[in-house]
Amino acid sequence: MRFFRRRFGPGDVPRTIGRTEPRAVARAWWRGLRLPWGRSWLWRSASLIGLVAVWEIAARLAGSNMLPTPVAVLAAVYRYTRSGQLPLELGITLARVVAAFVVAMTVGVVIGFMMGRSRKLNLLLDGLLVLALNIPALVIIILCYLWLGLTEVAVIVAVALNKIPVVVVTTREGTRAIDARLLAVAQVYHVPRTVTLYRVMLPQLYPYLMASARNGLALIWKIMLVAELLGRSNGVGFELSVFFQFFDITSILAYTLAFAAVVMAIEAGVMRPLEKRLTRWRG
Amino acid sequence: MKGLNIHVIEKRFDGVLVLTDIDVTITGGEFVAVVGPSGVGKTTLLNMVAGLDADYTGAIRYDGVPLAEPGQSPPGLGMVFQEPRLMPWLTVRDNVRLAEAERLARDCGYVSRADAMLEDVGLGASREVWPGQLSGGMQRRAALARAFVVEPWLLLMDEPFVSLDLPAANQLRELLRRLRARVRPLVLFVTHNVNEALVLADRILFLGDTPARVVLDYRVEQTGSHDLNSPEVAALSRRLLARHQGLLSEVAGVDVDEGRRGKEGL
Repeated sequence: MRFFRRRFGPGDVPRTIGRTEPRAVARAWWRGLRLPWGRSWLWRSASLIGLVAVWEIAARLAGSNMLPTPVAVLAAVYRYTRSGQLPLELGITLARVVAAFVVAMTVGVVIGFMMGRSRKLNLLLDGLLVLALNIPALVIIILCYLWLGLTEVAVIVAVALNKIPVVVVTTREGTRAIDARLLAVAQVYHVPRTVTLYRVMLPQLYPYLMASARNGLALIWKIMLVAELLGRSNGVGFELSVFFQFFDITSILAYTLAFAAVVMAIEAGVMRPLEKRLTRWRG
Repeated sequence: MKGLNIHVIEKRFDGVLVLTDIDVTITGGEFVAVVGPSGVGKTTLLNMVAGLDADYTGAIRYDGVPLAEPGQSPPGLGMVFQEPRLMPWLTVRDNVRLAEAERLARDCGYVSRADAMLEDVGLGASREVWPGQLSGGMQRRAALARAFVVEPWLLLMDEPFVSLDLPAANQLRELLRRLRARVRPLVLFVTHNVNEALVLADRILFLGDTPARVVLDYRVEQTGSHDLNSPEVAALSRRLLARHQGLLSEVAGVDVDEGRRGKEGL
């Protein structure tokens, strides 16, 4: 383990090379091989590359249209992207995911915070929370479609409702962990309530909110596809149901891959930088 | 009755009586040290004055009117806790400005004094860093800056200089003396170190007994020495403890403890 850390660790500083020995040059090249965010991407992608390799081998051994090769799937991604169908459906689903995410996080954080701060409110709502956590996603989706019709509002409400209890639980935990000693400082200096919220309480909640947001994104897009399959006539979920009827496994995998890539891009491009920014004081 | 009157009939923790029968009056601008062994209830007393602990019978008044609204802290209060209690996610400057937040919100014409204050305590160059990057002594300077930036009329300090090495503690005591001379707040200073109380305070309240009460209300003869370990201070503390035998037994345990730690011992 020490060996790995020495050679590939993120703390590695490229050194200037005094000798022209070939091995030293090779090592210098390796050390120089780093993108702006460090060499951790190599480790991050190792498992994904492994997965693709195993998939390729398995597909060749099987030689059946039940398991298309990675290349065939990528070709399908390219084809659907050229035709404009994939970006369109992806965009529709992504918009719904973002809407449900924003609703779920907002409502969940507000309720969770209040439950964490007020013992009475917590007692009042705790039973409801446990119930909400245990209602199957499918039941919520069906009921929303029945009550609100097969509408855009119904699908967003249904997905948000599935996520809200989880956000509530995490936020409540975070709120309970707020340091009373720091709140005492705010009280002693008569810090106004809003300032106390933003400068004393919220920074202590950020780790919990970030965890909630990351889990939330993953959970929401999974449920969103089911909801689309059941009651919408567009979006990735609907397309998948069509491919399902035609046994078109290549297209199913192409859509899945494309959407997973988008979610991973959000994670890498939004979530991780945001988390870094919010916790930069840890140094 | 003039001044700050602290009248505690009973203070209990889980039914156990910890403080009883305390009735002291402190006039404005006085520097009063509260001395007693660990766990005697000094911090509890301070929290009650700060409005952080309202669960007691009795009353804390200033010139006959309650010091603070129920559930609130007295206005114009500055407080320094045992730990610096800075917000680790705010820069040093923002930590000081946090104490000014109420004033800044209330008074449009108010200009933050945080920068000048930090300059004053020797943290001018560290305004933009996070508290985690500061040494223990510097964090306490920041906490002092936060307490004095509101120009408090009442300053509560809960063993603010413990677990610092002697030179750092001496520097901070000197800083406190300088800031106090400028703002002249009424100071309640909790410590378990008699010598520290003797060099800083005008008056010392010794807490002792179980449940705790004021066993001696002592007016300090100024030695003119600012050094905790100077012969004058040592002599004064010896005389004081010799005259009050009961006091000695109350505080002795603490002194032994201090000696072992080798910091600011008697």
